Amino acid sequence: MKPARFVYHAPTTLDATLQLLAELNVDAKLLAGGQSLIPMLNMRLVRPGHLIDLQHVSELAGIHERDGGVAIGAMTRQRQVERSPLVAERIPLLAEAIRHVGHLPIRTRGTIGGSIAHADPAAELPGVLLALDGTVRLASARGERTVAARDFFVDILTTAAEPDELVREVWFPSLPPRSGSAWLEVARRHGDYALVGVGAVVTLADDGQAVAAARLCFISVAGRPVQATQAEAALRGAPVTPATWREAGALVREELDPPADLHASAHYRRHVAGVLAERVLELAARRAQEGAGR
Amino acid sequence: MPTRIFGERIKRAEDPRLLTGRGRFVDDIDLPGQLHVAFLRSPHAHARVRAIDASAARAMEGVVAVWTYTDIGPCQRRMPLLIPHPDLTHPYTRFALARDEVNHVGEPVAMVIAESRYLAEDALEAIAVDWEELPPVVDIEAAVRPDAPLVHEELGTNVAAHYVGIVGDPDRAFASAAHVFRERLVIERSASMPIEPRAILATWDDTDGVLRVWDTTQAPIVIRNALAALFGLAPTQVHVVAPDVGGGFGGKIMVYPEEVLVPYAALALRRPVKWTEDRFEHFVGTNHERLQIHDAEIAVDSEGRILGVRDRFLHDAGAYTPYGIIVPIITACQLPGPYKVPNYHVEFRAVYSNTVPVSPYRGAGRPHACFVMERLMDRVADELGLDRAEVRQRNFIQPDEFPYDVGLIFQDGAPTRYDSGNYPAMLDRLLQEMDYHRLVSEELPRLRAEGRYVGLGIACYVEGTGIGPYEGAHVRVEPTGHVYVATGMPQQGQAHQTVLAQIVAEELQVPVETVHVIEGDTAHFEFGSGTYASRSAVVAGSAVALAARSVREQGLRLAAEELEVDPADLLVEDGRVFVRGTPERGFTWAQLAQLANPLRYAYAGDLAVRPRPWSGPALPQGRQPALEATEYYSPPHATWASGAVGAVIEVDPATGLLQFHRLWVVHDCGKVINPMVVEGQIHGGIAQGIGGAFYERLHYDENGQLLNASFMDFLIPTAMEIPRIEVAHLETPSPLNPLGVKGVGEAGAIPLPALVAAAVEDALRPFQVHVTRMPLSPDELLRLIHTEA
Ligand SMILES: Cc1cc2nc3c(=O)[nH]c(=O)nc-3n(C[C@H](O)[C@H](O)[C@H](O)COP(=O)(O)OP(=O)(O)OC[C@H]3O[C@@H](n4cnc5c(N)ncnc54)[C@H](O)[C@@H]3O)c2cc1C
Repeated sequence: MKPARFVYHAPTTLDATLQLLAELNVDAKLLAGGQSLIPMLNMRLVRPGHLIDLQHVSELAGIHERDGGVAIGAMTRQRQVERSPLVAERIPLLAEAIRHVGHLPIRTRGTIGGSIAHADPAAELPGVLLALDGTVRLASARGERTVAARDFFVDILTTAAEPDELVREVWFPSLPPRSGSAWLEVARRHGDYALVGVGAVVTLADDGQAVAAARLCFISVAGRPVQATQAEAALRGAPVTPATWREAGALVREELDPPADLHASAHYRRHVAGVLAERVLELAARRAQEGAGR
Repeated sequence: MPTRIFGERIKRAEDPRLLTGRGRFVDDIDLPGQLHVAFLRSPHAHARVRAIDASAARAMEGVVAVWTYTDIGPCQRRMPLLIPHPDLTHPYTRFALARDEVNHVGEPVAMVIAESRYLAEDALEAIAVDWEELPPVVDIEAAVRPDAPLVHEELGTNVAAHYVGIVGDPDRAFASAAHVFRERLVIERSASMPIEPRAILATWDDTDGVLRVWDTTQAPIVIRNALAALFGLAPTQVHVVAPDVGGGFGGKIMVYPEEVLVPYAALALRRPVKWTEDRFEHFVGTNHERLQIHDAEIAVDSEGRILGVRDRFLHDAGAYTPYGIIVPIITACQLPGPYKVPNYHVEFRAVYSNTVPVSPYRGAGRPHACFVMERLMDRVADELGLDRAEVRQRNFIQPDEFPYDVGLIFQDGAPTRYDSGNYPAMLDRLLQEMDYHRLVSEELPRLRAEGRYVGLGIACYVEGTGIGPYEGAHVRVEPTGHVYVATGMPQQGQAHQTVLAQIVAEELQVPVETVHVIEGDTAHFEFGSGTYASRSAVVAGSAVALAARSVREQGLRLAAEELEVDPADLLVEDGRVFVRGTPERGFTWAQLAQLANPLRYAYAGDLAVRPRPWSGPALPQGRQPALEATEYYSPPHATWASGAVGAVIEVDPATGLLQFHRLWVVHDCGKVINPMVVEGQIHGGIAQGIGGAFYERLHYDENGQLLNASFMDFLIPTAMEIPRIEVAHLETPSPLNPLGVKGVGEAGAIPLPALVAAAVEDALRPFQVHVTRMPLSPDELLRLIHTEA
């Protein structure tokens, strides 16, 4: 379990990093927190010729309010996000979900950009980004572009980023008024990748008695985070009642087609996705009613 | 009044060092010029090795040698069969590096020795092996069918051993029984996962002609003797040290290929050589345990009294049997547990498969046995409409029935004879700790009325501990008053340095901090077999006590001579030996040690007492220059610890997740040397037991590929998954040894699968779920709920 030989680079500016990335292209891997990449290197599942360490590129870190949401630099550590009062206030779904990412030491090193770029189908942050309809800002020597979450995640460990592009920043929009959000997941152990996870945003109508709009996104049920669009459509205009959540859960079971692995069968994932949908919608709606925002 | 030290909650002497990162494990030790080893391991479960081309690897930068079977000189012999058994009619052990066939994924095939581990692993990729794949045998039920492909062609069978044990007349008992209940019960494959994987560092020391080996083994003396025999060296020319060992749990008691190959490389290349197992290697290179499939039946009378038990089981031996059939023998002997089973038929077949070999892992066949027996007891209770505790009470061996013979020969070759115990009191205490009757009649009904799925389980077990052959100890009082203790045991985290020191401190009445225990070093003690089978406190502890008592006698005799009094008039207290009634007339242990040693010069400056001028030999006949003794203790047979556990568990039937509300343990390991250490052992065992009940399972696919060979997928419970564990101690002393102690090392791991099965079943009674296999998982629970409902 030792990595194959590679050349190590530690650039200190974004420009220098993008230059290196342009030159080395597919022969390079970016190193962020290393919490996913280092095990893969050690198991020789990836063997890049060059490793570009982003740790010293200070331009890539930071949490800022922007355009009605919060922009988080790729190299911001997950633990910083977890402890940020701004995130807690403006993007409560992110604050809630990020506690489920591994364990404290892992979040202390792991980064926002690393998690988004790695695009593990069981990872929380891509699910949150999709649930909130956020965006990813990519940078390369060729310039910058912004990609919506729904277009960014393509398949298992595969994103819309080109080999010469890096994730520069991730933007999470704040909730509209009369909205509540919630994150629930089932994992084998505390800190494990979820067997099924779900994030919900429920926006209530003016009278607070019906759902004006809902977003419902699952992780660990496909090669990428999945939006339960049929359930979302059925929720629009539905009354805030247990029956509504139950029906949404039933629709979720119909529209998802989860895979099986050692830890859970497809049946388990489908069933539990429905259970969690029901629970998470109820929770998000209650929060919306209480004005808790979460 | 003597100070009580034995039995006190004394903090572990080893902890300040270990907790502040000052432990010294094998991989922490580096020698100048050291080389590193990486092993090429078989990617196939079953294959013939047609040819190996290592020429490209040998030519690589930094590579010192690449060895295959033909290159390993004395290591070309088959690995030893450590524990033969008459019923092991078809034993089979491997070659250190595969000669012509591999029998499991992970089997070592070639060995690269290079200037760094990185370069060594690079070179592995350059070795070309010409494989001829053979049909893999993975499913042990299929393996015993007549047409099954064979793991070892030349044996002509996949059955390594067929054992039958019969007590009484089981057939008659079953024929006349009011009720007979049958169960098919499965415990899946698992393995020990010490945080420190295996590691070996070896060097040949030319100055004194000694092969020095640091090895994370549970049995350094065994390794020393094996290496000496293999390399034709005198035992004193091989020095093996097991420094801090970061957990073993049974997996580190073996003579593994790496344990002979790395020292051989040091001998052959005349350079220090190190190998540290990585986690992947641990999964496929260190022995596994657990898989057994039982077809069990119990015959009872109309009151639920056991008339007989019949059990036929298949035991997965893995690819080789280096450790014999210890695990299934233990299962067979311990299956009756704390109950009177007058008629018993047990039969097993140990079956070869193309998987990692099986040898003991904490619990060692007992979790299986306990699961089977306790599932049967629960079944009897449920079928007869009796309380689960009541059925157990009706069947316990009574306190006046000891010694109690189960009627079979145990793993040590001695009778399975329970020496002492009080099982009715043990269960009563558990019920009292749990407030059982209130739980059953008030608390659980109240929670269930709220729509919650809560359940209660209990389970009882016995554990044969402290087996022979023997262990020894050396105790010496130094002229400084410190006490030196050495044994042949290594430690793997169990606090020997604390508890063995307590035994000595109690005997000599000295502060426990002044007793220094040295272990795991063949230069300090040369006889013994190692730490396993919950035997260290019993066997080494007893030897330590005997040696300390001998030293105490020597001290008394010497003091009596010097003071010209009768030894019977002397007291030992407060670190001194003195005359009863006149405490100022006496000596400290330091003074006695100095008096014992009639030196001319040394210590003279700071001697507290001066030896009297001698006439004739300085050391008269029968005297030695030190207060020291070496004693051995050899138990007549195992001593039997016991316990009862209870739990309240809640299941979320929508997700299959479970949660412990409470978890109680009543444990009886005879005299307790240190309650805190015993509790630590129980906590650790329970944690592993919870692993065995809900998390830890090795998944092989039908091709013999291990699908979850990493901590990403093999789930060990973390502190977050372990509930608070409420422990109560009972002390029924063992009559067998001088301390009255019994072992506790494996205790917690034994009853948890049985306990969780019982509690889950109780919680899910509305769904009529029946739990017959371990471990469970959320997925498995949902499947049970949905198919039964
Ligand atoms: C024991 C354990 C448990 C874990 N549990 C969870 C969990 O429950 N949920 C979860 O979501 N994650 C979990 N993780 C993964 C963890 O969250 C990682 O931190 C995360 O997946 C990757 O972030 P990183 O900063 O460590 O990235 P790295 O490991 O350094 O990189 C990951 C990948 O992303 C690429 N990359 C990194 N940064 C960029 C960038 N700015 N632009 C483009 N590409 C980039 C790298 O080249 C690499 O391919 C766990 C990890 C461990 C070790």
